[in-house]
Amino acid sequence: MISPEDWNAIGLTLRLAGISTLVLLLLSSPLAWWLARSRSVWRAPVAALTSLPLVLPPTVLGFYLLVTLGPDGPLGRLTLLMGLGTLPFSFAGLVVGSVVYSLPFAVQPLLHAFQNMGDRPLELAASLRASPLDAFFSVALPLAWPGFVSAAVLSFAHTIGEFGMVLMMGGNIPGQTRVLSTQIYGHVESMAYTQAHALAAGMLVFSFAVLLGLNLLQKRGLRMGP
Amino acid sequence: MSADNHVSLQWVRSAFRLEVDISLPSQGITAVFGASGSGKTSLLRCVAGLERPSQGLVRMSGQVWQDAQTFLPTWRRPLGYVFQEASLFEHLTVQGNLHFGLRRSAQGKAGQKHLQQAIELLGIGHLLARQVQALSGGERQRVAIASALALQPRVLLLDEPLAALDAARRQDILPWLERLRDEVRIPMLYVTHALDEVVRLADHLLVLDQGKLADSGPVAQVLGRSAANFASGEDLGVLLHANVQEFDPAWHLMRVGFPGGSLWVKDKALALGAPVRVRVLARDISLAIGPPPVSSIQNLLPVTVLEMRADAHPSQCLVRLSCGKDNDASVLWARITARAAHALDLQTGAPAWAQVKAAALVGA
Repeated sequence: MISPEDWNAIGLTLRLAGISTLVLLLLSSPLAWWLARSRSVWRAPVAALTSLPLVLPPTVLGFYLLVTLGPDGPLGRLTLLMGLGTLPFSFAGLVVGSVVYSLPFAVQPLLHAFQNMGDRPLELAASLRASPLDAFFSVALPLAWPGFVSAAVLSFAHTIGEFGMVLMMGGNIPGQTRVLSTQIYGHVESMAYTQAHALAAGMLVFSFAVLLGLNLLQKRGLRMGP
Repeated sequence: MSADNHVSLQWVRSAFRLEVDISLPSQGITAVFGASGSGKTSLLRCVAGLERPSQGLVRMSGQVWQDAQTFLPTWRRPLGYVFQEASLFEHLTVQGNLHFGLRRSAQGKAGQKHLQQAIELLGIGHLLARQVQALSGGERQRVAIASALALQPRVLLLDEPLAALDAARRQDILPWLERLRDEVRIPMLYVTHALDEVVRLADHLLVLDQGKLADSGPVAQVLGRSAANFASGEDLGVLLHANVQEFDPAWHLMRVGFPGGSLWVKDKALALGAPVRVRVLARDISLAIGPPPVSSIQNLLPVTVLEMRADAHPSQCLVRLSCGKDNDASVLWARITARAAHALDLQTGAPAWAQVKAAALVGA
């Protein structure tokens, strides 16, 4: 029922989600930290920009990424100059697209975790000789761990579910950019409903399990947390 | 007072303005007292560098923490700070909390010794393996004080450390704070809005009123001079530094002498000559004139009226009294009805008898 091409798409999807999640966590921690603590005038615009993917259709995001990263786009010219080629219609391009597309799902949980913590733990750390950077790693990160778990799980699940962005940025190249959602789309287009069912039902179960697990974990985190 | 510990600053936040210029004694507890919004906590935060005053000079044991050119961030200031609540890291054990600062304080081997001393001073040796969540409020504050002390700070800042505790827990932790005061040789700034903590713990008192320093000096002097300006009704009273002078075993009483007089109080099995702090409240003193009255009240002191002033309610008035002569004298406050004051025809300079109904021993 699940063909080798399907397995290929599943493998590619998991790889894409895994790599995107890692990149997102690395990128979102300092960003969420800055959003939680900054009093700069830039805070509000940056916060709005970060949340844009929540409201924009993925096709719009994908379209602009395609244009800017394409051979005639400003960033595309840069990557060409650096000898990296162009990103659209490649796996790397999909990673870039996923990171943009899932950014709010990583930033929001971290932002809430940092905000809920308040200033006190950091002031306490400063009174005990910890520099701000030291306090970030030794106090803020450990105290915000439920936020990191939420951010990782949500980014991962959200990336697995992306479709419009993938179609715009990656096309549908088997083994390179054909992920689960595009594979399902292909099955439906060719009237292979049984195969579409198998994959779609699998995704449904997976997404439900992830969200259930996250809910249970957050309850536990609340009990154990500060 | 030593000029080595000097704090002079201006800090403005919207309509509030804090403006103080103080010197701290080189050891002992200096209480910072005032109503909510008087700027007590802001003062502490400015000293710690948690707030940045627009203008300021902060110098602790000769080291400049802030002046026109300098502003050391909190983590570079050798201080200890005990917060009102949440003074511990929830993700660490007691041991982890105690080592957090120590690892960063560059004390080397000596650090372990100082931590051990702090653990013993605060009596928390049996708590080391506990999770922070398993501690009572009083235990949490003792651990917080110990982790600050282990760093050998030049000043210890305590921001209402008992405010989050119920009455029973407060009584549990007070003896540990007395130990802290008696054994640690650094200045301590202790913010509180509770006068019973002030009379029990503090050596010096700073009174803040709307961001300004209203009075300052040794606790007994400040209370005798201006307690009526800042102590609320039931709390108004004085502190007398006394010594045990005599015992009356048959009646389980002991006599404690202070400059200008003495009082009989309950025998607390103290040694002859032991120093005691005695708190006498204005509501516990009544006044009489003429020959010494015969009364059930055992403590009768000859006094002179220093000052009469109106109390919050027009039916009552406050009388400031001097007990003793010249340099060997103490001040008392009495609250009596205005009608009694009129009937006794009390005037400044007039002699009277102060009948002391109750006096509380509040520590050594």
